[in-house]
Amino acid sequence: MPVLSVRSLSIDYLTRRGPVHAVRDVSFELEKSETLAIIGESGSGKTTLAVGLIRLSPRGTKVTSGEILYTKDGITNDIRKIDDDDLREYRWAECAMVFQAALNSFNPVITIWEQFLDTARAHGLHDRHRIRERAAELLDLVHLDARRVLPAFPHELSGGMKQRVLIALALMLEPQLVILDEPTTALDILTQRSIIDLLRQLRQRLGFSMIFISHDLSIAAELADRMITMYAGRVVERAKVDDMFYRPRHPYSVALLRAVPRVTGALGSVASIPGSPPDLIRLPKGCTYAPRCPYAIEACREADPPLLEVDTPQHEAACIRWQHVAEVLGSNAEIPVAEKLA
Amino acid sequence: MTALIELDRVSRTFHTPDGPITAVDAVSLALDAGEAMCLVGESGCGKTTTGRLLAGLLRPTGGRLLYEGKDVWQTKGADLARFRRAVQLVHQDPYASLNPTRTVFQTLSAPLFRHKKARTGRQALASVNELLQRVDLTPPENFIAKYPHQLSGGQRQRVAIARALTVDPKVIVADEAVSMVDVSIRISLLNLLLALGREFGVTIVLITHDLAVARYFAREGRIGVMYLGRVVELADTESLVGDPAHPYSAALIAAIPEADPDITRTKKRVELRSAEIPSLLSLPPGCAFHPRCPLSEAGLCDVKIPELLVIPGSREVACHVAVRERTSERAAATA
Repeated sequence: MPVLSVRSLSIDYLTRRGPVHAVRDVSFELEKSETLAIIGESGSGKTTLAVGLIRLSPRGTKVTSGEILYTKDGITNDIRKIDDDDLREYRWAECAMVFQAALNSFNPVITIWEQFLDTARAHGLHDRHRIRERAAELLDLVHLDARRVLPAFPHELSGGMKQRVLIALALMLEPQLVILDEPTTALDILTQRSIIDLLRQLRQRLGFSMIFISHDLSIAAELADRMITMYAGRVVERAKVDDMFYRPRHPYSVALLRAVPRVTGALGSVASIPGSPPDLIRLPKGCTYAPRCPYAIEACREADPPLLEVDTPQHEAACIRWQHVAEVLGSNAEIPVAEKLA
Repeated sequence: MTALIELDRVSRTFHTPDGPITAVDAVSLALDAGEAMCLVGESGCGKTTTGRLLAGLLRPTGGRLLYEGKDVWQTKGADLARFRRAVQLVHQDPYASLNPTRTVFQTLSAPLFRHKKARTGRQALASVNELLQRVDLTPPENFIAKYPHQLSGGQRQRVAIARALTVDPKVIVADEAVSMVDVSIRISLLNLLLALGREFGVTIVLITHDLAVARYFAREGRIGVMYLGRVVELADTESLVGDPAHPYSAALIAAIPEADPDITRTKKRVELRSAEIPSLLSLPPGCAFHPRCPLSEAGLCDVKIPELLVIPGSREVACHVAVRERTSERAAATA
């Protein structure tokens, strides 16, 4: 039984020009202890999807269809239908989220200890002594010194320390699921490395499932078991991490992989993706990526293709040209995309 | 041959309520015409201050800034004006660096009029059209009347680059110029900057925290790695990335996650002795990196500040241990 099963979820933003179709017909499943990476460029709907999963979308947002099925102890609930009390319990106690602007996620005028206290109280814990112990335990888990960090105000901590505190706070109620939106963006290289290693250790030790959203493919390569590529609000490819990196089948995944230069190994043919993403209010007919796609043919502009099984049953791509993409890339699985196209 | 622009043991100390902070300490860098170079380092390493010193926006508290062999801070009048035109800065955040109430035309024509590159509206329009074409904002008619909010991040950064080009600069200092734009278009912006270097002989210094970007941009040039106000290694890009000599460069390169699962999972890690970056207010004695350095030797590294020295393989390293080992390796090989 998957921990989370999202089925045909669509989310619109209502604007004066008309609805913006930010998330369109997204489905995926997340197993226990599994890590899923959602990648895509800005405006692809990644964050809208993540925020939608905990029903925290801003006003003016409308979920137009779909189900978010969450399972715990054999009981499955649709998050879209639960009442406010259950929703409060689901948020943070079951599913915690670490936001992109982690560094601004704190209340600047209270100490870290008070942030822990607030979170605990909001979830019905009132024993100060017990909360203190728990906070110390969690900070220890993220390699911070509780005696130094708890009395500090957020501005007294470095970016990396704040990110660690936030991860500790997210784990306070032992959630089954942690969603991280760009967890290491804006951190320095060595700090980023320590956060990645920390997340890996914590996942092994505590066994939670993780969804992380990133435009940074390298973090996905480090942490993910499976990956989803989003484009213009849709899932365009879904694969195990190695398949996505070495055998991508959707031209947009190929282009994303090619857009990131590497530090070690051959440089290969790195290239930006030409053009820009479509207007999400007036989507083009047919495949939304076709106007930017080097492999597009006439048929691509007629109908938006569904996710098709490619290579293996665990690998799907929404592209009628996937066989052609496979041919262009060849079969050598060890060679990264940028080198194959060089 | 004298370098086009040069920092000669330049330092900059800021006075803060908590005490003096030396953000840049005895940094020497020499750049030739048309060179593409990257300065990398983590936040607080002084790379932005170095960029501002290079652009002549900050007066050094020690050392000299030389342009075409002349000490810039000793020049006046026409010579100084010439330097000001010759060196331009492109900022990190194109959302903040463009005036939101001015159209692209107003933004680009103002410096043209100011520096008498255009005298009439017609001349300005022709120049602006040409500039927009140079930064691949085509056709120019589609962009000329737009306000910054009507442009994407990448397009704004192109306008910012076009603005730097209005005065035909010889040197562009680009401070994190691609950090705020989406990954999918970073490469095209880097290519644009590189093309300017190639076609017009502009020297470009890109300041970045992203080593992958640095490697791509300076693949035919050099990378300088900074740590706590000093350049700790300066080498041509492929040697630096493939075989870093300074333990800090090695730690950075080892720490970077790669967009390739096999490489990133099997990459060798460098264990540092401490994760804490010392405060610039109280730098450790000797080499500032020694409390974290795996190669640190008591009685040497914690006492004496290492100078940036040339070692075999035409690179410069500021590390007692690396210099000793690499020089003796070479001596052993030739013996």
